[in-house]
Amino acid sequence: MTGVVTSTERLQRLLALVPYVVSRKVVGLAETAAAFGVSERELVDDLNLLWCVELRAPDPYCPIDLSYEGGEIVVSQAESMGRPLRLAVDEASALLVALRMLAELPGPEDRSAMSRLIAKLEAAAGEAASLSAQVAVQVDLHGDQIEGLATQVRAAIAAGRRVHLRYYVPGRDEATERDVDPMRLLVVEGRPYLEGWCLRAEGMRVFRLDRVLALTVLDQAAAPPPEATPVDVDQGLFRPSPDDVHVELELSAEGRWVAESYPCESVTELPDGRLRAVLRTPDTGWVRRLALRLGEDGRVISPPELVAEVRDAATAALANYVV
Amino acid sequence: MSKRKTERLLGLVVCLLSTRRYLTADQIRQAVPGYPEQDDLFKRMFERDKEDLRDLGVPLETGLNHPFDDDPGYRIRQQAYELPELRLEADEAAVLGLAARVWQRAELASAAAGALLKLRAAGMEAGDEPSAPQGIEPRLGPPEPAFVPLWEAVRDRRPVTFSHRAAGRSEPQRRELEPWGVVNRHGRWYVAGWDRGREDTRVFRLSRIAGAVKFCGPPGSVTVPDGADVRELVRDWDSPAREHTAVLRVRSGAGVGLRQHAVSVSPDEAGPPGWDLVTTRYADVGSFADYTAWFGPDAVVLDPPDLREAVIARLKGVLA
Repeated sequence: MTGVVTSTERLQRLLALVPYVVSRKVVGLAETAAAFGVSERELVDDLNLLWCVELRAPDPYCPIDLSYEGGEIVVSQAESMGRPLRLAVDEASALLVALRMLAELPGPEDRSAMSRLIAKLEAAAGEAASLSAQVAVQVDLHGDQIEGLATQVRAAIAAGRRVHLRYYVPGRDEATERDVDPMRLLVVEGRPYLEGWCLRAEGMRVFRLDRVLALTVLDQAAAPPPEATPVDVDQGLFRPSPDDVHVELELSAEGRWVAESYPCESVTELPDGRLRAVLRTPDTGWVRRLALRLGEDGRVISPPELVAEVRDAATAALANYVV
Repeated sequence: MSKRKTERLLGLVVCLLSTRRYLTADQIRQAVPGYPEQDDLFKRMFERDKEDLRDLGVPLETGLNHPFDDDPGYRIRQQAYELPELRLEADEAAVLGLAARVWQRAELASAAAGALLKLRAAGMEAGDEPSAPQGIEPRLGPPEPAFVPLWEAVRDRRPVTFSHRAAGRSEPQRRELEPWGVVNRHGRWYVAGWDRGREDTRVFRLSRIAGAVKFCGPPGSVTVPDGADVRELVRDWDSPAREHTAVLRVRSGAGVGLRQHAVSVSPDEAGPPGWDLVTTRYADVGSFADYTAWFGPDAVVLDPPDLREAVIARLKGVLA
């Protein structure tokens, strides 16, 4: 744990520490420090503080007795602190909302564990659970099609089989064919993705399930090479590369959504609600299409080659409407 | 962080947990070390401490031991304090770790971590290896500044005001909302509730809220009507019905996205070679014109006229 810890945050930790040890009877210092995300030194400070608690009236006494000799913690007296504090509303909601989202995902084998766990947590959280109904996370599984794909992906991962994808790339308006060794089904920001080793690109790729036009599970076993390592989803799915092109866009108030929907390197506010946004992309084809779609609500400022491409495409498209 | 304060708060919790009778503020001052001698200082500090404990979710009760007592007393009932007995099977514990990781980068990350810590403290071993054996890894998006105040408002049933920039408007507008719930749909956060100014239910996307969200009423002053379903409100707002039909000419081998959800695709016998006729359904002229323009010279709207004009306007806008 880094940064400043407030007195109440530390109190929370102390209230959990006693039952943590009590429920395990005896537990190692190092293991406990790791579980609480503190250094062993901080943990020893916590233990000393607990051991020193003293009540003075009517007669002075120390409610907590513990020892940590030889790297092992034992609590011999915990009074009324042997159980953790019940879940707060935020805590119960965080878990229940996430679980209800997971329960909506395909994969019948986990669903029973999820519904059992939801029921147990609801019972344990009591009143705190009821508010969690006011927060919901819905995953983009519109239609049976994506649900079916997600089920197929999970089955292929479980069986260790290669899949063949017909995959739509909107930026190039192209249906591509590729073999992929699937590794995980990701659900990031409400959208399901297949993550795997793409044999065509010879690299790790993530594929949006709503862009998969067809998926076949092959008889071949998946054989991702040793360098195939899953992306760290906490760093974001899409990372800029040094070869990317910088694209500068000017957006009107109506075109501001672009800055929300695509990862921008920088966004500058201009008068009248307009924005200047800088994107980095390996392929400018989709920006050309985006500019056509935006019409007067977005203008490519640079690079100049892209400005020319956009004008040419708009001119050619308009020519189709001249009867 | 003040060690003295942590010690005092801990002492206060242990003291109030171990009493069956209500203890008055004076009795508490006698029992718990660390409170000042002066009455006014003690009073202020004790008030703050009570507040801190309640914020943590400690069920602090106030009451009288006898109807004739002058001063109210305090206690914490063990049963209200303790996490009830809870046993998890191995598969449930694995799913628990997965659920806590959903919030890793998002708003309730510390709440999820706090919950996991309490469950571990109760003896549970939650599976939290970085890669769960399920082959599935869910995450919510990075935090949005408006989430925390709106979630607190929903939790505490308080009305809020904020500035909201509606789609297509350059000037933000002031809104006063009784929030009923927060929903993440397809990766985006929304708040739904009763808009006091418009006197109707409304849905707002959190990313369009500009500046701070402020409470404008006390806790408990919002009533969520029976049967209000925030998920449904957001779904209806977010996905209008596809009531209209369009006919487009699409270049052979192109317009894959337009064909994907088409009602019918057939070669265009009447026009020039190399084109197909695609019939498809759409909800709204504006957004479908946007989508059609994406395909540039590979798609031409034949019908209806208003959609055709809208696409032409987009393309002329590019050249303006």
